[in-house]
Amino acid sequence: MNGRLLPFRRSPARSTAGGPAGFSSAPGSGSPRPGPAGTAASLSRPSGAPRFRELIAPHIDAAYSLARYLARDAAAAEDIAQEALLKAYRGIESLRGGEVKPWLMAIVRNAYFDWRRRDNGRTVTGPAAEIAMAETPAEETSAEDALIRQGDVAALRRAIETLPEPFREALVLRDLEELSYREIAEITTVPMGTVMSRLARARRMLGERMGVLEPTS
Amino acid sequence: MSACPDKELLLHALVDGELDAGNALALEVHVATCAGCAAESAAIRAVKAQLQAAPLAYTAPPSLFDRLDAAIAEAEAPRRRRRAVRGETWVMSGAVGALAASVALFAFIPTGVSLQSELVDAQARSLEAQHLVDVQTSDRHTVKPWFNGKIDFAPPVVDLASQGYPLVGGRLERIDGRRVAALVFHRQAHVINLFIWPGDAPAEPSVQQKDGYNLIRWGRGGLVFWAVSDCDAGALAGFQKDFAAATR
Repeated sequence: MNGRLLPFRRSPARSTAGGPAGFSSAPGSGSPRPGPAGTAASLSRPSGAPRFRELIAPHIDAAYSLARYLARDAAAAEDIAQEALLKAYRGIESLRGGEVKPWLMAIVRNAYFDWRRRDNGRTVTGPAAEIAMAETPAEETSAEDALIRQGDVAALRRAIETLPEPFREALVLRDLEELSYREIAEITTVPMGTVMSRLARARRMLGERMGVLEPTS
Repeated sequence: MSACPDKELLLHALVDGELDAGNALALEVHVATCAGCAAESAAIRAVKAQLQAAPLAYTAPPSLFDRLDAAIAEAEAPRRRRRAVRGETWVMSGAVGALAASVALFAFIPTGVSLQSELVDAQARSLEAQHLVDVQTSDRHTVKPWFNGKIDFAPPVVDLASQGYPLVGGRLERIDGRRVAALVFHRQAHVINLFIWPGDAPAEPSVQQKDGYNLIRWGRGGLVFWAVSDCDAGALAGFQKDFAAATR
């Protein structure tokens, strides 16, 4: 997410303030709901597509990325992200104020759990993939760790993917998507303290493979 | 050497900027005198730095955008038809008659509509206030990069304000099953939509009419251009000439 400057990715708050006038000044588009300026609620209510474009489209990459790190499968991630984004599009009326991204991330996470139930173990994911990684011969692991230390993107992604799910999702939401502890706690429905310990655990596991953190005794 | 056990989680929160000022200060004072906690917080910073140095977040594949476009277009279509049939107030009063007529007409066109119909339909839809532009600006340097990453070609963007066709903005459209660029210009009270996509067409402009709209097609540099408007044919021909001259 660093260095990519698609205007598409502008923050919702900013685009509301300086964005197309048509979104907030359209006549006959329903009474504006009360809400602080710059949040979703300050927009009047045109049909779903413009609201989708304005509020949700900037987070399509983030939705896909979270789905990808959860499912660890490109095709599944696309299905999960599509389902979540369409759910968000249909439920856009329920978005009153508040931040769009955490709301969407929670929908993606639920879509992932739905998919995992439906998929019923056909895709090798979940604990099975973690076990497969743990059984990788030591010499392969050390070659992989060397790549990680060089900052190799594919190796780093694989390293994140081998983290157990609760640690992985905390790390992705914090260090890749830059959400706050409070937002992550709401998305993952656990207390903040749990978020903190999962994040610390995830960073320690990665840090050991990067060679910057010593294993704890 | 390791961090004080009761401080480990707090060190992460400190590095993440999640501690309030009082707790952050207290912990910084401690870290300054505790080698274990100092090493730990340096290590946490190193892990974070390495994660941030690499583009680890995935980008959505174009196929996902296509699937979303298609699903949303489908979900929106019945809504548009209902609105046209009920005869709700259209934003551009001058175009009400033509619009209601053309949109109602499209509601009854079976699948396999012609390209011209699609273009006219896109023009009609664009006159709904919220759909005219996705990026609203008269600055071509804003419009052009806006298309980056959304379509796999670079449409030429010029402002023809001095010739009487000010640039209003741009948006994405779906024509004939592909994503195309639409540039929006004004001609007095009228709107000109210029649809652009890769393809071959003669450079010589071809003038057509459809449902009261004027359409002009031409090609240049591997791109097909379709200008669509309800302004008079002469004004649209002037627009085509000026745009083609400015992008030569």
